[in-house]
Amino acid sequence: MFSPADLTAFFLTLKLAFVTTLILLILGTPLAWFLARSRWRFKFFLEALVALPLVLPPTVLGFYLLLMLGNNGPLGYFMQSIGAEPLAFSFTGLVIGSVFYSIPFVVQPLQDAFNNIGQRPLEAAAMLGASPLDRFITVALPLARQGFLTATVLGFAHTLGEFGVVLMIGGNIPGETKVLSIAIYEHVEALEYANAHLLSASLVLLSFLMLIAVYALNGRFKVIRL
Amino acid sequence: MRITARFKIARAELLNFNFDISAESITAIFGVSGCGKTSLLRAIAGLEKHAGSKLQVGNETWQDDNVFLAPHQRAIGYVFQESSLFEHLTVKENIEYGYKRTDEAARKFSLEKIISLLELQTLLNRKPTLLSGGERQRVAIARALAASPKLLLMDEPLSSLDQAKKDELLPYIENLNKEMNIPIIYVSHSNEEIARLADQLIFIEDAVVKASGPISELLTRSDLSLAHRRQAESLIFAEVETYDESFQLNYLSSDLGTFIVPGEKFHTGRKIRLRLAAQDISITLEAQKNTSILNIFPAIIDELHAEDKALLTVRLLINKFPVLAKITLKSADNLKLEKGKAVFAQIKSVAVLA
Repeated sequence: MFSPADLTAFFLTLKLAFVTTLILLILGTPLAWFLARSRWRFKFFLEALVALPLVLPPTVLGFYLLLMLGNNGPLGYFMQSIGAEPLAFSFTGLVIGSVFYSIPFVVQPLQDAFNNIGQRPLEAAAMLGASPLDRFITVALPLARQGFLTATVLGFAHTLGEFGVVLMIGGNIPGETKVLSIAIYEHVEALEYANAHLLSASLVLLSFLMLIAVYALNGRFKVIRL
Repeated sequence: MRITARFKIARAELLNFNFDISAESITAIFGVSGCGKTSLLRAIAGLEKHAGSKLQVGNETWQDDNVFLAPHQRAIGYVFQESSLFEHLTVKENIEYGYKRTDEAARKFSLEKIISLLELQTLLNRKPTLLSGGERQRVAIARALAASPKLLLMDEPLSSLDQAKKDELLPYIENLNKEMNIPIIYVSHSNEEIARLADQLIFIEDAVVKASGPISELLTRSDLSLAHRRQAESLIFAEVETYDESFQLNYLSSDLGTFIVPGEKFHTGRKIRLRLAAQDISITLEAQKNTSILNIFPAIIDELHAEDKALLTVRLLINKFPVLAKITLKSADNLKLEKGKAVFAQIKSVAVLA
């Protein structure tokens, strides 16, 4: 079946998707809440920014991240100055890249879910003595749970399939940055079609199963909008 | 509990809602659709903030130029037009939501009492999606009560229900005020609901509060449009005294004197509201002996107002209590009616409200 190197790539991919999704849920929830609730005039600016990774070639995103994270980039320079490892060609760098790459897949379903709740249940909670934070936790979050399910699965599945960004800022260091998509690419380059098949098919199966779960649990959910 | 309010609500036109009421029982905010009733209610709740407004409830200032109490800091219960229950919680959890967020010392009613008052015992473990419209509103009322509010605001709580469900829910709302002794401010544009429930009115017209005070007084005030409507009416409070079995007649004592209402026996001592449509009252110069009408009272003509070329609104004082009658100008002319004249009012029919 899987070679040890392929297994490493497989688990690294799962780890990357898991960490990325977790970070996106933590950062994306307040952002989505803000986008759903705020009446700020220039909100569309932020929404466009969030949607940008949907249309950009991942290589473009990866290229700019490389410039930022590389030793001559501002973030790379900062990491060096505090004596830390450079971010380019590291797992941490991949996580940063993936967070940008998958941001719309997490923020948009959450924003939709928060929008769908409407103002009324929150007003009702306020009239029952719940503070803004209290009503966010006890009313908004549970009512948006379908959105969270969607966001989690889409964020996870989308990160699994990442290629262009990784290619630019990750390279192919086994156990550190060599994820499934890179491994598949290398197998194809080396004409090892059987190995490429195995990895590709497992990725298809995994993604398909996750999406089936989402669609089955969420009758009426929107994948993504532009 | 005294409520003094001055709201400036900027909409297409500036709404100036000033009133000062003693809210003990049920106060209705009454006005045509779109006059700003809901906005006023939301402003009282703090859900809308309008600059230059003031709100004093009892001895607390909830809003003025320097103070604005957030909605969750106001001891208010709010029942919305559609019940807006928390769909992710059961009926019981919905009711407990506000209860848990109320200091133990501030809790006025036990959950058991609220649940039994609104008869929700069998529904407690259900999710809101499995309830009927009337049941949902009962849960919404219970949920609001459980937070022990000082004041209960209700925004057309019956408007989304059909007539049968309305009739089912009305007694609960009447009981609420009696049993829980909680002041209610009730928004409605339904004459029936208001005549049945309200003790006081805040009457909105032309972007201002035209008048506020006891309902029977406002309904018959000739300076307000209420008295000049086609369906103008007077409201009489009465109490059941005796019953004549042989003719099946209830004898009620009222502000006007003894009132006779035919039909099934009412419970003795029961408080009843009588709604007298102005069109159902006629005027005679002498007490008619040979008439089928049972309720005839001596009256003094207080005011006469021509509505158009044919009809006239007469404000009568019966036992010093104002009652409206609508008659034709021709009849008024025939009878030579004028202010101060002693006449008799014949009440042809009366609607009995709970």
